[in-house]
Amino acid sequence: MTDWSPIFISMKTASVSIFITFFLGLIVAWGLVKMKNDTGKIILDGIFTLPLVLPPTVVGFFLLWIFGVRGPIGSFFIDFFAYKIAFSWPATVIAAVVMSFPLMYRSARGAFEQIDSNLLDAGRTLGMSEWKIFWKVAFANALPGILSGGILAYARGLGEFGATAMLAGNIAGQTRTLPMAVYSEVAAGNMGEAFGYVIFIVFIAFIVIFIMDYVTLRKEKQWR
Amino acid sequence: MAKLLKVNIQKELKEFDLDVDFELKKGCLGILGPSGCGKSMTLKSIAGIVNPDNGFISLNDTVYFDSINKTNLKPQKRNVGYLFQNYALFPNMTVEENVAIGLGKGYDKNHLSEIIKRYHLNGLEKRYPRELSGGQQQRVALARIMAYGPDVILLDEPFSAMDTFLKEQLRLELVNSLRDFDGFSIMVTHNRDEAFQFCDELIILDKGKVIAKGDTHEVFENPRKVQVARLTGCKNISRIEIIDDYHVKSLDWGLELEVSKKLSPNITHIGIRAHDFSSAKEDDLNAFDTLGSSKIEMPFEWEITLANGLWWKYDKQIHEHEFLVPDYIKINPKNIILLEE
Repeated sequence: MTDWSPIFISMKTASVSIFITFFLGLIVAWGLVKMKNDTGKIILDGIFTLPLVLPPTVVGFFLLWIFGVRGPIGSFFIDFFAYKIAFSWPATVIAAVVMSFPLMYRSARGAFEQIDSNLLDAGRTLGMSEWKIFWKVAFANALPGILSGGILAYARGLGEFGATAMLAGNIAGQTRTLPMAVYSEVAAGNMGEAFGYVIFIVFIAFIVIFIMDYVTLRKEKQWR
Repeated sequence: MAKLLKVNIQKELKEFDLDVDFELKKGCLGILGPSGCGKSMTLKSIAGIVNPDNGFISLNDTVYFDSINKTNLKPQKRNVGYLFQNYALFPNMTVEENVAIGLGKGYDKNHLSEIIKRYHLNGLEKRYPRELSGGQQQRVALARIMAYGPDVILLDEPFSAMDTFLKEQLRLELVNSLRDFDGFSIMVTHNRDEAFQFCDELIILDKGKVIAKGDTHEVFENPRKVQVARLTGCKNISRIEIIDDYHVKSLDWGLELEVSKKLSPNITHIGIRAHDFSSAKEDDLNAFDTLGSSKIEMPFEWEITLANGLWWKYDKQIHEHEFLVPDYIKINPKNIILLEE
């Protein structure tokens, strides 16, 4: 009997985490683009990009250090909400968000920086609110770049292994995501089961990339 | 209510310090200067896109910026229209949507189509900016600004990105639009023809400082300073030595010339516009020989360069291709401009 739970867990984790990563990445990217202090910009950029460069297990180590039962946030949740974050399903989301965030943030930032600053100033002199300028001018014109950031971040979140293993563990039916399941089945010698999961991941990844590439291409054709 | 735009701003820039001070009571002001003299920075400060370090900007009773009372109105609140050099049309919006941004929330559909018509954009409503010609883009940008109903229009080098043919047609269109406009307009340009054509009053800016200010015709006719003469298109400028009250020796051209105004010691240069020479006999006043000159044919004028470096421009018809440079040419004393360094 195939265990379907890794598929459900992975889809749930990837969907929730891309939602968080997408908006968080957008806001942070926009904030950094508008930031005037160059030193602060470089330092923050370093921090936000770090998960992309560090080995996933090292990121997982830091996450465990923060969200673990003795960590600042982990112990806070235990004390006030009697909730243990580490080795729970939300831990898979935290790991996926942190690992996929740099891809979203960097793509969005690159796309925002490409925008002619005169467009933003034109919006201001025409009385548009900063909120409207962000959505109607910055976001709308950076959309192709933002979407491709989204694709990469989604794929990264779906494939997250190292940091998830450290923070969420590999508990069947709870935190065992698809990549974890592939690892576990191979370790147990069940190549057939592993193969099923692999096919599924490849299939999903391909569809997502296809849809988003299609949208990006259409948008680009429309205005350029 | 009397209309008045006051600008007095200082800002430290990389190459120089910007220090601009003027008042405008009506019509169009031109800011003429070489590229990188602080012209655009001045416009951007009025629009509120850039903040000066110190100073004061106000329109009628509204204070836009005051460094002493720490007033700094957001660009959204200044009611200023800015025509960007590249028009800054939103590429993701159609012509109609771009103009509608100027009208703001809950606009009237009829009003929109009226503006579209007034700027000859009917038929183009659903097009994106990239599908328009340069001239059409400028019309959309102007329509968008006018839809906003600004008190002041700021024009940043409006014709710099166009070829000559289009430029001449659009200048006419813009002159007409501005004539209907009731508020102030300020045009920044490095082109003396545009400044002359559009602006009642003129400021000449060099390295962030105002070096001439006043009625446009007056500034062109009597530039007073070497840099102003150069920017208003005076081709021939020479250092001089004063001989007596009405005679000077040009150090760059090796000529002795009579002038019509009494010389004072602060006059260090003279200027002669290239069109002001005429052919002469050897013993005429202010005449000199043209030995060793060379000529270039242009569509409507001959450009003659004399051996001493003087430029002479002589009008001609398009079908004339022969021109014999006279042996002597002269300059009328009243056409010699006296200049200070």
